[in-house]
Amino acid sequence: MTKRIILPLQNAAELKAGEEVLLCGELIGARDQAHQRMLALLNSGRELPFSLAGAVIYYVGPAPTPPGKVIGSAGPTTAGRMDVFTPALLDAGLKGMVGKGNRSLEVVEAMRRNVAVYFYASGGCGALYAQCIKRAEPIAFTDLGPEAVFRLVVEDFPVIVAIDSQGRSVFA
Amino acid sequence: MISSEVVYQEVYKAVQAMNVSLPVDVAGRLKAAQQQAEGPAQAVLGQINENLLIAAREGIPFCQDTGMVWVHVSLGEEVQIRGLKETISRAVADAYREGYFRSSVVEDPLRERKNTGTNLPAVFHFDIVPGRTLEIYILAKGFGSENCSRVFMLKPTQGREAVIDSVCAVMKEARGVPCPPVVLGVGIGGTFDYAALLSKRALTRALDHPHPCPYYAQLESDLLEAVNALGIGPGGLGGGCTALAVKVESFSTHIAGLPVAVTVNCWADRRAKVLLSEI
Repeated sequence: MTKRIILPLQNAAELKAGEEVLLCGELIGARDQAHQRMLALLNSGRELPFSLAGAVIYYVGPAPTPPGKVIGSAGPTTAGRMDVFTPALLDAGLKGMVGKGNRSLEVVEAMRRNVAVYFYASGGCGALYAQCIKRAEPIAFTDLGPEAVFRLVVEDFPVIVAIDSQGRSVFA
Repeated sequence: MISSEVVYQEVYKAVQAMNVSLPVDVAGRLKAAQQQAEGPAQAVLGQINENLLIAAREGIPFCQDTGMVWVHVSLGEEVQIRGLKETISRAVADAYREGYFRSSVVEDPLRERKNTGTNLPAVFHFDIVPGRTLEIYILAKGFGSENCSRVFMLKPTQGREAVIDSVCAVMKEARGVPCPPVVLGVGIGGTFDYAALLSKRALTRALDHPHPCPYYAQLESDLLEAVNALGIGPGGLGGGCTALAVKVESFSTHIAGLPVAVTVNCWADRRAKVLLSEI
């Protein structure tokens, strides 16, 4: 049986690269422009409109929500575009990220420093992941449309530990 | 005269369908790949195939990045039609809004990057050909993969091997980012820009249709073998299935050059075509 991980993430150090796990609890959905704004806030010494302590960010920009559904198609986007913003967020308490594709050396180093993990979600599988999202609400930067920050409550959200807190990686 | 209402209906249907279910040849190759894979590659392909079933059942797009729409129109010079570009654009906007597809297009690439909210404009290319038919080829191009696309201006004497090396170099740089197993469109010849256009046109051909010229059909199969030997695998997690297909289009070029363009497409190889004739 696949291991369930309850969020916020408490046991990042125990996760090993290559493990398949199911995430349950709260993810923060955010991508390019939201990251740029988060970094601008942190750099100017201001507080973020949500807490990063123990948080796991899901790199996602969902499709519009059809009637009667919780969310539209919502698969992972390319993590590498967030690399320049990520070390500062990790230093501010972020414990995990969910996305697709590899990360930069700087991000891996910041993950080791802060004991954080990067999960791989299957790229393009927007319909599959939408089914695991039980609640979704925009919580910040709503002017950005699909690029706003979302609070996502997920159940059995299937991911692979891609880079663990010791810097071990599953990428070929 | 081909009625713009017919063009609207056909493009609307094609654009709605392409984001919810894959062409049968692509779906077939993904299923076959899962059966041959092992380890993480099998897990990733299993999720992709399960995702396709869910999308079809729920009537939602299989990927949230429903792409920027690319349109190539091949217009017979005997065809009479009014407002073709506007009609196609209206069909795209309506299909995206009514299908709950994501609008992923920003108005200006540098200033403000405000989402247009309609997924317009689409990118258009027009070609005038003899005859009485109207052919509309459509791609919904995701940008996780598009960002990995490249153009190389090779030396004219470098030849076939350098083309293969260039295509492999693109995937070595891209690794798992463009959602492998990918479909690659390769344009060889022409000018800098025309090679890029050829690489997109290559993606409009069905995977089961090799290039009609045996030399280029062989190149397609050698390219596929070379890319799959890189070991990048589904999602970049390793394995022998890095590409589902490589499609090549070529054109005459200058004595001093050998342009090679590679468009990288994700496994969500969304393509559609609409063929209409003057009655």
